[in-house]
Amino acid sequence: MSVVKIEGVSKEFRGGTIALTDVDLEIEAGEFVSLIGPSGCGKSTLLRVLGDLIEPTRGTVTVNGKTARRARRDRDYGIVFQDPVLYDWRTVARNIALPLEMAGWSRQKRADRVKEMLALVELAQFERHHPWQLSGGMQQRVSIARALSFDPALLLMDEPFGALDEMTRERLNMELLRIWERSNCTVVFVTHSIAEAVFLSTRVVVMSPRPGRISDLVAIDLPQPRTAATREEPRFFELVTQVREALHLGADLDSRRPTQARA
Amino acid sequence: MSSTAPVAVQPGATEALGRLVGRRLRDWIPALVVLLLVIGGWQLAIPVFGIKKFLLPQPSTIWNAFWATRGNLLRAGWLTFQQALGGFAVGSAAAIALALVLARWRPLGRALMPYAIAANAIPIIAFAPIANAWFSPFGKSSKIAIAAALCFFPVLVNTLRGLTSVRPQSLELMHSYAAGEFEIFRRVRIPTALPFIFTGLKVASVLAMIGAIVAEYFGGTLGDLGTLIRSQYQVFDYKDAWAGILVACLFGIGFYLAVSIAERLVLRWEPSTSD
Repeated sequence: MSVVKIEGVSKEFRGGTIALTDVDLEIEAGEFVSLIGPSGCGKSTLLRVLGDLIEPTRGTVTVNGKTARRARRDRDYGIVFQDPVLYDWRTVARNIALPLEMAGWSRQKRADRVKEMLALVELAQFERHHPWQLSGGMQQRVSIARALSFDPALLLMDEPFGALDEMTRERLNMELLRIWERSNCTVVFVTHSIAEAVFLSTRVVVMSPRPGRISDLVAIDLPQPRTAATREEPRFFELVTQVREALHLGADLDSRRPTQARA
Repeated sequence: MSSTAPVAVQPGATEALGRLVGRRLRDWIPALVVLLLVIGGWQLAIPVFGIKKFLLPQPSTIWNAFWATRGNLLRAGWLTFQQALGGFAVGSAAAIALALVLARWRPLGRALMPYAIAANAIPIIAFAPIANAWFSPFGKSSKIAIAAALCFFPVLVNTLRGLTSVRPQSLELMHSYAAGEFEIFRRVRIPTALPFIFTGLKVASVLAMIGAIVAEYFGGTLGDLGTLIRSQYQVFDYKDAWAGILVACLFGIGFYLAVSIAERLVLRWEPSTSD
């Protein structure tokens, strides 16, 4: 069953910038889909259109058979940005509880769930800390715990590990996969790291800029569950190469476009 | 260390007190040295340069004048402080309420802020005699009005700045939770604005004391600080006038510190509130 159905979506910003043109994409339940592409290819815009944070100029987005607006009102989205966006005046535990408070959960239910989430992201002993007392990687784990706390159907992640160092990033990649396996949610993940996209995803959506569009879809057939050894398998490198070539092809098309238009 | 280490740290009682005062006592030493040097230099300069007493009395003279009439002076200071506090409460509350309205309906803010800024250019102090005419010159309300008018603008500007300095991603997150405007204010905008509001309140605390004294200057009741200072100038009793100014300063500083302590209690979550 497809969780997400994006049909003919275009987005033109005021001032005439065309961020997306005629994008079609279907995402099945339980998939882990990465959107990859150079800056300006509209991958973050597509994520925001999907999450109903911006409205498309044309086209429709359907989530679980509902409009994106309805899905947002029903709290079907958990969102993680590159910046953790934690509130300094709340402790770690109360940051995770924020969406639960807003959804009207009882105190006891909230406390139980927060405890569960803290265990999931392995931050149990930090529940009373304030965000500024944590490292960047830990802050991002809190942000992930908050996004998953209310069991959203869709987890939208916008370059969540982009600001972290390589070591932390690889560790959090592993941790994210572990969480994804346990939670059974569908993930849409924006990144510009090819290796990260291939390692995490079941499918990679390659996008190219000016105007932003989908130029290729690469199915990632690496076996699950993935481990540190996955990164050293020949198949991993083949897929990395395949995605890289798809990216370059998209970029080449882009540079040839004006000549073709004139021809 | 405790500000960066991701390890549970239980602050001891002394540390908690230190946080409340802002710094460790040792950090106050440079400021105390400066104070002693200035007072000492002032004390010596008067006889050395032969400065006339009515131009500038020695610190010791001021202190003796204060000590001789301390009961009266502190009673006068207390009366003035009450009026300042009233003005502070009225002015700040009105400013915060208006800032909330202007932050919620931005076009209204764009329409009204130029006039708020223009109104701030009015020399409120010159308004004191008029305020005394509007309200009763012998009642408290005229002093409260002037103090409130002085407090209003810094609190308004700082609060509005705080309410609107929320990062866009913070708002996107709230939208993804389907939050309405009221919830965004309650859970994000107001907590974000609190440090800004306190900055405004600290400025206002000092201005409130000044406003109350100036209003009294132009028609206070016997026994308040402004009237006391003015009447002593009029009989050329400069040392007592200086003693009155000293009391005004003490209440002003005390008020400022009280607001600072309230700030630290409210913003306990802040990594650092020392400024």
